[in-house]
Amino acid sequence: MTLDKARLVQMLRTMILIREFDERAIQLRLAGKIYGTVHPYVGQEAVAVGVSAQLSVTDRVTSTHRGHGHCIAKGADIRRMMAELFGRVDGYCKGKGGSMHIADFAVGMLGANGIVGGGLPIACGAALAGQLEGKGAVTVCFFGDGAAAEGEFHESLNIASLWKLPIVFVCENNQYAANNPVGVQHPRVDIAAHAAPYDMPGVGVDGNDVLAVHAATADAVTRARRGDGPSLLECKTYRWHFHAMRAARPPETRPAEEIASWKAGDPIARLEQHMVGRALLSPDELRAIRDRVGAELDEAVAFAEASPFPDPKDLMADMFAR
Amino acid sequence: MAVMTYREALNLALREELTRDPNVFVIGEEVGLYEGAYKVTQGLLKEFGPKRIVDTPIAESGFTGVGIGAAMVGLRPVVEMMTFNFALLALDQIVNSAAKLHYMSGGQYNVPLVIRGPGGPAHQLAAQHSQSMEVYFYHVPGLKVVRPSTPMDAKGLLKAAIRDDNPVIFIESETLYNVKGEVPEDPDFVIPLGQAVVRREGTDVTVVAYMGMMYRAMEAAEELAKDGISVEIVDPRSLQPLDTATIIGSVRKTHRAVVVEAGAGFAGMGSEIATEITEEAFDDLDAPVLRVTGAQAPMPYARNLERAKTPTKEKIADAIRRVCYANGSR
Ligand SMILES: Cc1ncc(C[n+]2csc(CCOP(=O)(O)OP(=O)(O)O)c2C)c(N)n1
Ligand SMILES: [Mg+2]
Repeated sequence: MTLDKARLVQMLRTMILIREFDERAIQLRLAGKIYGTVHPYVGQEAVAVGVSAQLSVTDRVTSTHRGHGHCIAKGADIRRMMAELFGRVDGYCKGKGGSMHIADFAVGMLGANGIVGGGLPIACGAALAGQLEGKGAVTVCFFGDGAAAEGEFHESLNIASLWKLPIVFVCENNQYAANNPVGVQHPRVDIAAHAAPYDMPGVGVDGNDVLAVHAATADAVTRARRGDGPSLLECKTYRWHFHAMRAARPPETRPAEEIASWKAGDPIARLEQHMVGRALLSPDELRAIRDRVGAELDEAVAFAEASPFPDPKDLMADMFAR
Repeated sequence: MAVMTYREALNLALREELTRDPNVFVIGEEVGLYEGAYKVTQGLLKEFGPKRIVDTPIAESGFTGVGIGAAMVGLRPVVEMMTFNFALLALDQIVNSAAKLHYMSGGQYNVPLVIRGPGGPAHQLAAQHSQSMEVYFYHVPGLKVVRPSTPMDAKGLLKAAIRDDNPVIFIESETLYNVKGEVPEDPDFVIPLGQAVVRREGTDVTVVAYMGMMYRAMEAAEELAKDGISVEIVDPRSLQPLDTATIIGSVRKTHRAVVVEAGAGFAGMGSEIATEITEEAFDDLDAPVLRVTGAQAPMPYARNLERAKTPTKEKIADAIRRVCYANGSR
């Protein structure tokens, strides 16, 4: 299916927004406005966007420690995301969660998760609910190549296949689990190959090609909505920055040529080229998109700055549902 | 004595034990190539090679079980948890196997295993990455649990843990890795498990505290000294076995006690120590034992909420004043 201009512009805009959001987050972490730890998604934008463009607001996703991109792609409000990173009361989690725990139930974003692999069975639970609801809701489970070494990955694939759950497992293989190359985790670097033994389709896709991700997701989502069960998508991609940062940028340990070669395949530049090639994007339009993203981010930061810190009296609030 | 950081002291202990005993090996996430998420295993891969410094997949239950099996048949694994929060994924292996195998097998199997890594509150890492994990372990019969507060203790206790024939849970702290202190260079320097230490002598009140809380209690004690309150601080160092004799001995002298712990207080270390004191030294007490604990909530992200959740110097000083019936100044 060839996407029309409006859809493509929307996808490009979201990818740029995700990238610039995390570039800002890095700067704000360095400036001491954001605390704790930040795991930038920069470089992987095509995955979140290509997948989420196949979902509606009633579909659900689970995310990871590297979750800002998933949130934005699923439609979360960047002002409330930024406020959460600032630890403010208008943040999605009222300042209690921070980067690793942003959730927006209203758009079906069931939450980032600081525990590697933790989202996999939870996504199966949401998919089971979707199956019982019978309205065709699909759940997408984002996870990393490292998470595929956890038992929960294998348990979840087995359960999902056994019960034909409407779920799409999306592995973002960014070549590293934290600081170790994927070869330390897996004897064979082919996450999609795990699908066959669990009797589901497994597809490897160029995770820096948003259109390829989008197309592969279409097949998986259609299958899930039809009631035919889960699929596993392995999106091969790369993170441009460090695994995680605190007060300072950690030193780069990956080979410079490797980083350069992946940057040459920048997913945003590739979509731009595609659009320019189809005469769907002029330099002026691109500039306008970038300007608008910049303005939205300024506004998000201002919103976060203006939001108060939580009241310490609310420490025990939200402990139990009432 | 040499002055070194807590991190270096741990590294030295590992290096010495790896050198002393060929059955010792280190296994965990990023312990080799990356030299440890917190650099505790720096240089070890180079020195001891990949057979003894083993990088694992992200599979906590799996590699902990590997450690248990290897220990059962004669090796002495040191399993690193990247942070102790992730040991929750390995809880079954630790509780149902490591802790029980010696007993269940009628003494046939030893499990000389150390599981080590940082735990406890960090800096605004929020609920899943800032947990006082010791409570999950010291309740389990068959496990020893160590919380070393100083570089010297880090070295001496880690060596004791590695030489111990039982599973030892050894929880460090991310916030202490850069703390410097004197550390004996003698490779036979070992601090036996189950020995508390008096960190500061005093006569009016005993404060039991470990790790970051011990340092905060020391600050509170300095401040209270100006008001004429003399605080004795006991650091248990190992929570299981717990050196109640040293704690009780101190309370018999001071007649008052405060227990500080970072984690939530319900059924925590404070409850245990307060009970021990009450059972053993009730007649020596001039006041009820007080606890200063973290709030019964997960660790929130925002700094001011984190502070509200955590025992601060002020909260500790306040509790000490209360057991001394001293409001403000005396
Ligand atoms: C259970 C668990 N183990 C270890 C960690 C520490 N950790 C955080 S992210 C990470 C690497 C995850 O790699 P991957 O799944 O490939 O995701 P990526 O970081 O590459 O996005 C590790 C080991 C954790 N958070 N949870
Ligand atoms: Mg990865």
